[in-house]
Amino acid sequence: MIKLNPKLSQKFSYLILFLATALAIMPIMAIIFIIVKNGISVVNWEFLTSMPKNGMREGGIFPAIVGTFAIVMSTIMLTLPTGVCAAIYLNEYARDNMLTRAIKLGIVNLAGIPSVVYGLFGFGIFVMFLKLGVSIIAGALTLSIMELPVIITTSRNALNSVPYSFREASWSLGVSRWQTIRHIVLPNALPGIMTGAVLSIARISGETAPILFTAVAFYVPHLPHSMFDQVMTLPYHLYIISTQIPNMPNSIIFGTALVLLVMILTMSFIAIFVRIYFRKHRKW
Amino acid sequence: MSKIEIKSFNLYYTNFHALKDISINIEDKRITTIIGPSGCGKSTLLRSINRINDTIEGVRTSGEINVYGENIYDNKIDVDILRRNVGMVFQRPNPFPISIYENVAFGLRVNRIGSNRWTISETVEKSLKAVLLWDNVKDRLHKSALSLTLEEQQRLCIARVIAVTPRIILLDEPCSSLDPVAIQKIEELMIQLKNRYTIIIVTHNMQQAARVSNDTAFMLFGKLVEFDKTEKIFTNPLKKETEDYVSGRFG
Repeated sequence: MIKLNPKLSQKFSYLILFLATALAIMPIMAIIFIIVKNGISVVNWEFLTSMPKNGMREGGIFPAIVGTFAIVMSTIMLTLPTGVCAAIYLNEYARDNMLTRAIKLGIVNLAGIPSVVYGLFGFGIFVMFLKLGVSIIAGALTLSIMELPVIITTSRNALNSVPYSFREASWSLGVSRWQTIRHIVLPNALPGIMTGAVLSIARISGETAPILFTAVAFYVPHLPHSMFDQVMTLPYHLYIISTQIPNMPNSIIFGTALVLLVMILTMSFIAIFVRIYFRKHRKW
Repeated sequence: MSKIEIKSFNLYYTNFHALKDISINIEDKRITTIIGPSGCGKSTLLRSINRINDTIEGVRTSGEINVYGENIYDNKIDVDILRRNVGMVFQRPNPFPISIYENVAFGLRVNRIGSNRWTISETVEKSLKAVLLWDNVKDRLHKSALSLTLEEQQRLCIARVIAVTPRIILLDEPCSSLDPVAIQKIEELMIQLKNRYTIIIVTHNMQQAARVSNDTAFMLFGKLVEFDKTEKIFTNPLKKETEDYVSGRFG
């Protein structure tokens, strides 16, 4: 074993640590750089707001944006209230017994199921059994089932971060358990819950597998009329145009990827800013 | 009649027998302190009087605590009403992260005591005056309560309790996070409040017990060792353990 002198070994370790960090960040930079470089030329107002033309080789991606938006919003409207209520129950009311522990374990493990399995499940239950057909509602329900454990977990963490002493103070004023949750716990947990929700939105915007069999179509010539329509979505559209269509101009593929990327990054940044803002204004 | 009558009261945290057969009568409009070394059950006893221990998992009790002749461990008791009558101030000042005004108004609003704005404002002012905080904060009532000093925060917490008009106030080591000057001020406040409320204080600080209280209870290993007039406990206690503790031989 060669003994390096301490100064040298210090420099050497620093170099290795720095390189490891650089290695982790470089691919992300490269992805962003390549997507922006190749896609920026097609992204303009018309691209964002017009229908695809000529077998999707020309025109815009408006229906895919609308479809993504419709599915994501329906999903979050289903998941957020349910998830927050479940989190309140688990965190504030549930006694620590076998059943509760089993439920908590289940929730943690649900988050680890591959998303394509949710897709097949959603197809079996919502599309076939409940006869909702391939539709926004079937896709949103499938995504909700997938996202619910995440929302419950982030909401529980947010509720848990509200100091117990606030609850005690409120109870000792004769304020009931529910009123304490309603007036003290929830308002203070809200920033955390919202951050989790925004991150969930970002995550489900990019999901493909769960909606593959339950909501999306190769090409829909019109915007969705109702919750029971099939839709186009950005991630699936991206998959189609990059693998299924011959002579697809590269710029449109990268332009679509850029729009998806910007959407998701924007939401992640919103979540980060919300968190920073509330951390600064919170002193306990 | 005694205001608080504790009759052979036992409390278990799951398998740990924390309070052993406690019986004690606490009188009206006096300050009673509970002293004893860490882990002797003095906070647990205090927290049993407004049933805030109920919220801890695995707590079981037997025996009675009668407040105004009513057993508060009876199934018929509305715990929220009990806690409004028996207010509590905690070890660390724990104001809500809202404005000073809203902190005091909170209990009134949520419990719908004093329905209109004017009565609420009046009660807020009265409560803040009672804890001698009004003059300090009257110009910044809508500033965050967390901008106050620790001592002011603790006063605010007392005002918050007073606002819902309790008859008994429990203080769980209310001075342990304060500096000596602040402690002195809080003690003066407690003596002032004695005329209107029955006050029970848990404290680690024996000088404090000697300075402020009328009666003192000494607890050890979950048992009540001795309960008497404060002068008696500190000058001529009956039991050897009490004497050892108050003279600083252990604890």
